[in-house]
Formats: sequence, structure tokens, C-alpha cells
Amino acid sequence: MLPLPELTRENTPFWTAGERGELVIVFCDDCTHAIHPPQLLCPACQSRNVGPRAVPGTGKIYTFTVNHQPWIPGMDVPFVLAVVDVDGAPGVRVTARLAGCDPEDVRIEQGVRIGFAQSGDVWLPHWHLVAGATA
Amino acid sequence: MSALGKAAITGVGMSDIGRNTGRPAIIHLAEAADRALARAGLTRADIDGIATYPGKAENSPGMSPLGTGEVRNALGLQTRWHSAVPDGPAQMAPIMVAAMAVLTGQARHVMCFRALTESSSQTAGRRASIAGAGKAQIGGWMGWLAPVGALSASNWAGWMATRYFHEFGMTREHLGMVATGERRFALMNPAAVMQKPLTMDDYLAARTISSPLGLFDCDIPIDGAAVVIVSAPDAARNCRLAPLEIEAMGSALRSQETWDQRADLTTMGAHDAGADMWCRTSLGPRDVDVLGLYDGFSIFVPMWLEALGFCGHGEAKDFIAEGNIGPGGRFPVNTGGGQLSGGRLHGFGLLYEVCLQLWGEAGARQVANARTGVCGMGGGFIAGSMLIRRD
Repeated sequence: MLPLPELTRENTPFWTAGERGELVIVFCDDCTHAIHPPQLLCPACQSRNVGPRAVPGTGKIYTFTVNHQPWIPGMDVPFVLAVVDVDGAPGVRVTARLAGCDPEDVRIEQGVRIGFAQSGDVWLPHWHLVAGATA
Repeated sequence: MSALGKAAITGVGMSDIGRNTGRPAIIHLAEAADRALARAGLTRADIDGIATYPGKAENSPGMSPLGTGEVRNALGLQTRWHSAVPDGPAQMAPIMVAAMAVLTGQARHVMCFRALTESSSQTAGRRASIAGAGKAQIGGWMGWLAPVGALSASNWAGWMATRYFHEFGMTREHLGMVATGERRFALMNPAAVMQKPLTMDDYLAARTISSPLGLFDCDIPIDGAAVVIVSAPDAARNCRLAPLEIEAMGSALRSQETWDQRADLTTMGAHDAGADMWCRTSLGPRDVDVLGLYDGFSIFVPMWLEALGFCGHGEAKDFIAEGNIGPGGRFPVNTGGGQLSGGRLHGFGLLYEVCLQLWGEAGARQVANARTGVCGMGGGFIAGSMLIRRD
């Protein structure tokens, strides 16, 4: 069983917006800087006027790895872990578990789309390859 | 640092390391301490400072079973200064703060230590180096990784390797040269845990852990301890061996403290720390005789080579293929076998080996006339680097 994220004031929007099928990223309302991991103040302009906004829920694979080692009991392997550049949030990357794909098919720069599955009080994102979106 | 003189390493010690030794951490530590004191010509009574990284840690089995308190108590030390540094320039942090402590008069001889019992912990049914495994919830930066299954540092290093391969045409064979080269060094070091040859075919045939990294790209969990004694300039002169002066240190960090947010994952915190170190000395890479580069995963070695300016960005694969870093190379890296073949003492073992080389104590693997060494510790977003030299 993987640990779930410990919910905080900063990260709760990210881990719960999946209930609405949304990926939310915190932005600064004063300078538009995208802030991830989320913070209570903008690292660029120090504004406290920051908050979560929905982004399209798509992105592009910056890099990935195929994990083959079962690190904990019951872990199904192999699976793909990607780092995804998030559309609509410049400079933001998220760690992304890919679902429903053959690890052999994954490439850098491929397009991905988010989905969610509820686990306890959070909605864990997983990502799917977008057919035909390879750059 | 020049206005205050230079702090120096005056003694190093390593315990009889091994896999599943069944020996408690404090016994390993005491053995390493005795050996470091003997090398320095000091006694326990001379030690008036103590430092470690990260301090006693319960979150990852065997990763750090001892804090400064247990070690002070067990060794009967009376100190004027003590410090455990979980947030710092990686495993180098305690050695760096010790250097600053002796130069500001807080202590004269600081015992810096690192103890691990990851092998015994793993054998006891738990996987070493998996922070948060078995916990219901996890916070901090691991809270962005573990819930989606990115539990192991091999996953995070795998991301860097995949991107680096993509941008620069590196292949598994290049990393195989790192792993097999370190194994050849290990065969010249009786203390290294791996004592059988490793061929490129062996390397390539090994199972994948987290692509593109395979079994021999990952360092080896062991039980053991290492101690490094850092002394004030005047105190160092009275020690048994020539002081190894800390010429320069670097610990800059210019990206967020997360494994996935650095803008360019073909670089690491090492690049920030390395550049910072070289701006504090008139020496340069050409002056270096021996290197200790963090090799928790093989991919870190080419990245550290570039971070420290031994070759340009993207050039490490050719630098390695040209034979620069293995036995007989111009810039030998991890001459004791590194963590890949010697065993994982979390950076301290690499610095230990560089010091042995500078004192001419490296036996069959001795680099002729080694006077200047560089050591880089850490992978991913954290790093510390240090240039040391024997006058």
C-alpha cells in the first residue's frame, strides 16, 4: 500500500480537485507566476494573493522511467513514472504515474492527459498517453 | 576562508564494513573512530566537537541509526560544540560545518561521522532507503512522489538518466564503463564488498531496476561507519600525518528542493555547488589528481564530472569512454570501488578514499603522487563539494 499525501493548507486543493475531474495549480494573482509545489506566498513577487486555478489537465512528458522493482509488498510492476510539463502552468512539472499503456510505447515529448481515482480523502492523479500527440 | 587559515582533515577511519554484518551501528562507529584517531595521532580526549548528517533518523530503515547524542555517550566524549545537519549540502554538510566551527574557534578537533545499517535492516525484511514505506501518510517533498509510486531514488535518478540519454546520446554502455571501472578498482581494495570481476556483459545482462538503470547502476546497502576528523589549522600541525587542507568548499543551491522541479534535469545541485567551489580557489580541474564522486547511482558520476568542469555539458560520455576515470586514467574516480562496488557509506566512504590517496595509503590502487583531490557528495537537488590538498 502506497502512503497517501499528508494534507496541508497548501496542498489540499491539488489532491482533492480530482473530485471535480480537475487538475489545479496554484498561481499568483498579482504576477501570474505558477507555483508548484504550492505555497502560501509567491516566490517571484512575495504576494500572499495566491490561489488554485484549474488548468487543462494535459501536458507533455519531460522524462520518464519504467520501474521494475517491487519496493513494497503487493506492488505490481512494471509501471511508468513520468515527469510531466503541465499545460497552462509555465515551469510547473508534476510527478505522474502513467496508466493503461505499454511501457515500450512511452517517449519523451509525448502528450498526456490526467485522470483521477479516489483513495481515502484524496483523488490521486494518473495520466494517459494521448494518441497521436507525439511531438 | 583564507583570512582564518585553512581547516584540515587530519584523520579518517572506516569500520569493517559488510553486508548483513549483524554488528550494531555503535560498534561500527567506535571501530571507525578508533582508526581515525590512530591515523591522526589523537585520543578521544582531543576530540572537542562532533558533527553528523543527518542525525538519528527513523523514517528509512538503517539509513541513520546514530545521532550525536548516542555517539558522545558511547565514546565518552566531552565536547564544546556539536551539530547534526539534516538540511544542508548533502552528506558533506557535517564536514563543512566542522570546518567552519574550527575556524571560528568553536572546537579544535571535530569528529564527523556517518553510520549506516541498511544491509541488516534490509535483511530483517525491510527495504532500505524507501522513506515512507509502510506509513499511511507522508508529507514534505516525498509527499509529491511516494503517493503515485515514485518510492525509490532509483526512480528519480532514472528520470535524469532518461533525459540525459535523450539529449546527449549516452547509452547503457557508458554507464557500464562507470560500473565496471569501479569494480576494477574494488578488486584492488580488500575492504570493498564486491570482490568478483564485473564484465560489460554481466552489467548489460543484469535486471532492470528503474529504466534505464539496472542492478549494477545502483549502490550497495551495507553496514558500516566512517569517521573524518576536521581540525583547526594550528591543531592540525601537531597531528601524525600531513594535514589535508580544505582548499575550497561549495554548497550553492539554485533550484527548488525537489527531485522533479529543477528546470534542467540533465544537471543537478552538483552543478551549483561545483561552480561555487571553484570560484573560491585559484586551482582548477587540471590540478586534481584523484576524485571521489557520489555514485548512489552510476548516472551521477558523469553528471558530477560535468558539474565540476572536468568536461563540458553532454561530454561526459566521451570523457568516460576515453578512459579518463578508471584505473590508470588521468582523473581516477572512486578508486576504492565507490559505492557501486565498495559499498554505500553515503559519501563518507568516497572522501575516506580520497584522503587515503593523498596520504599515499591506498595500496595496490595508489595514484602516484596524489596531492590534490576533489570530493562531491549528493545526487539530485542537494550537493556539497570539497577540494582538499596535501602541501
